[in-house]
Parts: sequence; structure tokens; C-alpha cells
Amino acid sequence: MQLPNPETLLSDITTKITALIKPDTAIVGIHSGGVWLMERILASLEQAVPHGTLDAALYRDDFAQRGLKNQSQAANIAFDVQGKHIILIDDIFYTGRTTRAAINELFDFGRPASITLAVLINRGGAELPIQPQIVGATIPLTSNQRFQLSQTTQGKLNLALEITEDADV
Amino acid sequence: MYNPQLTSDGKLKHLLSIEGLPKKVLVQILDTAESFVSVAQRDVKKVPLLRGKTVCNIFFENSTRTRTTFEIAAKRLSADVINLNVNTSSQSKGEAILDTVNNLIAMHTDMFVVRHNQSGAAHLIAKHVPDNISVVNAGDGRHSHPTQGLLDVFTIRKYKPEMHNLRVALVGDVLHSRVARSEIHALTTLGVPEIRVIAPKTLLPNEVEKLGVHVFHDMKAGLKDVDVVMMLRLQSERMSGAMLPSTQEFFKTYGLTPEKLALAKPDAIVMHPGPMNRGVEIDSRVADSGQAVILPQVTYGIAIRMAVMAILAGGAA
Repeated sequence: MQLPNPETLLSDITTKITALIKPDTAIVGIHSGGVWLMERILASLEQAVPHGTLDAALYRDDFAQRGLKNQSQAANIAFDVQGKHIILIDDIFYTGRTTRAAINELFDFGRPASITLAVLINRGGAELPIQPQIVGATIPLTSNQRFQLSQTTQGKLNLALEITEDADV
Repeated sequence: MYNPQLTSDGKLKHLLSIEGLPKKVLVQILDTAESFVSVAQRDVKKVPLLRGKTVCNIFFENSTRTRTTFEIAAKRLSADVINLNVNTSSQSKGEAILDTVNNLIAMHTDMFVVRHNQSGAAHLIAKHVPDNISVVNAGDGRHSHPTQGLLDVFTIRKYKPEMHNLRVALVGDVLHSRVARSEIHALTTLGVPEIRVIAPKTLLPNEVEKLGVHVFHDMKAGLKDVDVVMMLRLQSERMSGAMLPSTQEFFKTYGLTPEKLALAKPDAIVMHPGPMNRGVEIDSRVADSGQAVILPQVTYGIAIRMAVMAILAGGAA
């Protein structure tokens, strides 16, 4: 499969996100990929936009099966969520369960006016009535394939396709 | 070796004592606690991890402070909490404890937090409960108090992240402290190179040197250049017979005053597990100074207990 260049996808969603920014907009990245994307997007914006990060690990529905990941990060939402139009950023959209957990976590900080989901890639397979509004590319994968986004030490994004042994991961 | 605290694949199953916890699990608890510190600063001080789970605090020995922190921790994880203060005078045999536990198991409790004045009570319950139930030791006799040890280590790591460079002094009633042993084990496991205990001979356990600590009987020599001063509570209620001339005498020799603290490093932190005996082991001028991190210890204690309960609940399935 010919993989898209994640840098191209990033500049594409950056353009779409920039068009949405209003005075009461805030940006929230989901760890880890979503935070990398958010930082790149923030760097390319002309104005300062309130922003924060979420892990959502403490809100996941599969906690009882998987437990906590060792590297779960604390949420860092330093702005007032109340009444904000929030753009939530994640790298890969799959089942929608991470997004559900992130939305629940955001609501514990306040009541946002709206939440928009922006992702680099929608790989198909949503299990909930949740869809991203801003998408870099839509590339359907089978259940034993997954995209892995990484960041080089120079800050460049790298996309890989992995084959997992466990089809249910 | 069989370790009742761990599952066959090395995950935390019960928290009974710090002894026997591999470094990996210790670090996992501390790292997980980091992500819970900020939960308390939110509008909604709750995460849904233990929603629908029932946590039962069984306290065979009174300890309002410890029970409160466990209760808050469980509630911040959205668990339902039941507090049971069991009068120990009516039960002297292990069988009676297990009867109490059986009743609570029949009510579908998911986790027990156990406090008892006899060493090994939490172990006994952990051995007895079915596989899907976890047990947390909230202090047993003189033996151990693992969450207190963990929160102390967490506090040290917060203020002094370079743990492999530290000099830590534990001062006071080491003999009766259930924190001291947990502490020494945890600090050694995490690579703290120099641990000192400063106490009169009568308040030191036999062969304390075997724990790998340096023993001092003189406060001034012992505090020299330390990074962390950990005061222990003088356990007067646990003391039988005359081990001390008087509390005034103790304060004169082993009480932490600003003058004695000045011998430690200038940025040394002062810790105390609480409740403090002001004017016995610690001078109020020290307890209320900028070097004291005694209240942050309480705050971090909640995060540590949340981390332990979250890890136990997540691994149980």
C-alpha cells in the first residue's frame, strides 16, 4: 500500500482548522500523536490559541480488560472549557472509543459550546455514532492492520503500517 | 518464589507490603500517581475508573486520617465506599476476622482496605479472598504501611527527582514505626545510595544495620548534609514501659529544631507522616517553615492511593 506523507496530511488539516478559529476557539490534543499534531498546528498559527492535552486513559471503557497503560499522562487543561468551541485533535480515528473517552473527560472540566474532531487519518471501523469532521485522509484498514504515527527527533512525522497478530487490538 | 502480592505474570494483585514489590511495579505505582495528582485540581474531582465497584474499608484499629484518605481516593475514582470500624476487643482470633470478611464478600465487595493492629492481618485476608477481590494493607501492627511508604517516596521524587544522588535521614522512633521499614525498602529499591537512621538505641530495632542503613545516635552528626529529613512520629501510645526518660528530654536530643535543621543541606525538605507531636519530635518553627512538605505529603497520599486502587482494579479482570 502506498502510504500518504503525514506532513502533507498535516498541512491539509492545519488549513481546515485555521479556517475554523474564532476568538472562543480552543485546541486540545489527545496523547501522544494528537499532541504532536497540535503543537505543529499551534506553531503555524498567527495568533495564540488556548490549548491543552488529554490522555483519556482514565475514561476508557476497556479499562477493566486492559488496565492502565504505564505511560498514561495527566490531562493538562489550563483554560476554562466553559463555552469554548473545542477542536479535538487525534492522529488516527478508528473505533471512536478514544474520542468518547476524551469527550467525557472534557466535560469534567466544564461545558464546551461545541466539540469538533480533527484527525490525520480515518482508518474506518467506527463502533459508535462518532465521526471526525476534519480528516486528512480516509484509508480503510482491516482489523489486523494499524497505522503507527511517530515523530523523529527533528520533529518530522513518520507514518508506518503495522500488522498486528491479535485481530482484536 | 510465591509472592501473594503479584499475579503469575508479575502484575500487582494485592498491596500488602513494599517488601517484595519489584522495582517495575513500584515505578508503575509512582508514575500512575502522577496522572492522578491533577484530578484534584479540576472542577469535577472524579474519574470514572472504579465506577460500579465497591470498596470496603475495614478498620480493626481506629485511624481516622488513613481511613479518610482511602475513602477520598476511592470516591475520586467513582467507587462506592463502605466504612466498617470493627471493634477488636470482641475478636481475638483470626477466624472472627474471616467471618467479617465473608459477610462482605457475600455483599459483592470488590476491594478491601484493611487496617489492623496485628501484623499479617492483611495477608490473612488476601489469602482468603477469591481471585477477583484485591486487598490493600492500610497498616498492620508494627509490620508495614505500604501506601504511607509509597507516598513518602513519591513526595521525595517530586521534590528531589535525582534519587540516585540523595542522602535521606529517618529520625526518631524507628522501632515502633511501620513506615520506616516500608520506606527503607522503597528507597533502596529506587536506588537512593545513602539512608541514615537517627535514634536512641532504645528506639531502634535489633540489627537495623542489616537493612543497609547507616546508624547515628547523634542528631548533629546524622543530619549533616542530608537532602531529606524524615521525622517519625513518637508512638507514645504504642510504647509499653519506659523506653524514654521524658518527651521533653527526647525533644532536646532528637527533636527537629531550626538549629539542627541548619546542618542539613540548605534546600533539604522536612517530612512527617502525621499526626505531628509538636514540641516532641518537631519544633513548630520547622513544621510550619518553607522547608516542610508535610501537607503536600497528605495531598500526594490521595494520588498514591488512587493509583494503587486503579492498578488493582485494572489488573483484576
